[in-house]
Amino acid sequence: MSTTDLTTVAGTAGARRPGRIALGGSRIGYEVRSYFRSPDAVFFTFLFPFIMLGIFTAAFSSAGDIQPAPGMEGVSVGAYYLPGLLAAGMLLSGVQNLAIDIAIEKSDGTLKRLGGTPLSPVSYFIGKIGQVFVTGVLQAALLLVTATTLFGIALPTEPAKWATFAWVFVLGVGTSALLGIALSSVPRSGKSAAAVVIPILLVLQFISGVYLQFYQLPEWMQNVASLFPLKWMAQGMRAVFLPEDFAVLEQNGAWDLGWVAVALLAWLVIGLVLSRLTFRWIRRDA
Amino acid sequence: MDTTSPRETPAVRIRGLRKQYARVAAVDGIDLDIPHGETFALLGPNGAGKSTTIEILEGYRLRTAGEVSVLGVDPARAGLDWKSRLGIVLQSGTESGAMTVREQLAHFAGLYPRPRDVDEVVAAVGLEEKARARIAKLSGGQRRRLDVALGIIGRPELLFLDEPTTGFDPEARREFWDLIRTLKREGTTILLTTHYLDEAEQLGDRAGIIIGGRLIDVGRVHELGGAEARVPIVRWNDPDGTPRESRTERPAELVASIARDCGGEPADLEVIRPSLEDIYLDLVRASGAETRETEEARA
Repeated sequence: MSTTDLTTVAGTAGARRPGRIALGGSRIGYEVRSYFRSPDAVFFTFLFPFIMLGIFTAAFSSAGDIQPAPGMEGVSVGAYYLPGLLAAGMLLSGVQNLAIDIAIEKSDGTLKRLGGTPLSPVSYFIGKIGQVFVTGVLQAALLLVTATTLFGIALPTEPAKWATFAWVFVLGVGTSALLGIALSSVPRSGKSAAAVVIPILLVLQFISGVYLQFYQLPEWMQNVASLFPLKWMAQGMRAVFLPEDFAVLEQNGAWDLGWVAVALLAWLVIGLVLSRLTFRWIRRDA
Repeated sequence: MDTTSPRETPAVRIRGLRKQYARVAAVDGIDLDIPHGETFALLGPNGAGKSTTIEILEGYRLRTAGEVSVLGVDPARAGLDWKSRLGIVLQSGTESGAMTVREQLAHFAGLYPRPRDVDEVVAAVGLEEKARARIAKLSGGQRRRLDVALGIIGRPELLFLDEPTTGFDPEARREFWDLIRTLKREGTTILLTTHYLDEAEQLGDRAGIIIGGRLIDVGRVHELGGAEARVPIVRWNDPDGTPRESRTERPAELVASIARDCGGEPADLEVIRPSLEDIYLDLVRASGAETRETEEARA
């Protein structure tokens, strides 16, 4: 430390505190930068769907196309799994990333420090949710580019399909981000966060049609999966990326986009309420 | 919210503060006023209630009983405007540190209505050479300097420093003291906890000693323990080798008379003015004895 004098700025008294939304914006930049500098987060939440897509395509390419019914036109294994992996990417970028990230910030003192500054929790949430959107959009875009260029998977051309993609994506990512914030209060410490969060999400991915073909699961398992949001994200994405004929493989023989919207909105509200109720900078009387 | 507290009210005002954990009273009835512009040092052994008290003032903990006003506001009900007038340096920061020193400071500066200049603060804490280094790459002492920098970036009216120089080498500690003196000159009110009594002596206008959740002594640093505790001690050995000790306000007279009596130079002569450390340790020892006695009396 040197004896450099700190300038006293006169006449700045009464300066206004920066607004919550503006600070939220600056938090997004800060969070995104910090995310891409954390190798664990990038590998396990950003790159994971790419690795799975590569494995599925390589492992099952000899099994031939997947057909909705005998004699009907099918799609390659990679093309069949692409929608599920897009949904998994949304879930990982939102729930897994934030639940672990915030639990660690809680235990390493980051939140305590922020709680001592004039940062509003609203701005903090905007930063986290914004980070999930930025990384989620990049992830989905790269996944789609990889799918077409590397694996030769044809993407839909109809604008209506992309409109569906847009709202399923926005709802799915928003829901995932809020559920991530809510789930971050479950782990007791930052160290245990990954061990608590990852298995829950892994089970969810298996029963929701990400790694296993949903139509082959027993009905009770499909019903359990329907209680959680991932199944609906995957179903919405299948509606976008699979040919219309594949709708017969869904539980009701249709894409049921209305129910996708209802389920995701319901979980969005649940996530919002749980986040509001459970989030604290610190356990005030721990 | 009251943001223009009149200067007559002290920066910190505490009355009958208590904090109860299960059956233990971590803070057991504290009264204290810290006027604007004062640097107050809170001393005491580990577990005495220093951090609990300071965290109640910072708004991190809720009190069990008593009245607290910090910059004219009750911390338990204070909002963001209040927080923008505080600087808080916590006891330990262990963030993962993906950001660089400069990025982190620039970001935190953006949270406050009238922050200090980032580069000036980087220079003030002596981290110029590390400005572009990731926080994770800093040494313990450098991290602590960053903690201090983050505490002052918002140009606080009231600065809390919880054991700020732990892990500093002697030179860094002196530089830190210079920085705190600069802040004092600007009129910043500072509440400091420390284990280093020389630090309290160097920086504190007043100090308080907290033991067992009670403030057992408060005063100007040079008056702690009362006049009696500061009476110089004269030690010497009689010609027959018996060690002697006497306390007197007039040590020179005593030494002269001892010399006369011995008929020469007394052996192992010392005149000791008790240091703050001696006085502090006496107070801690005395109150420890008191606590034991009352506990035995209860048993």
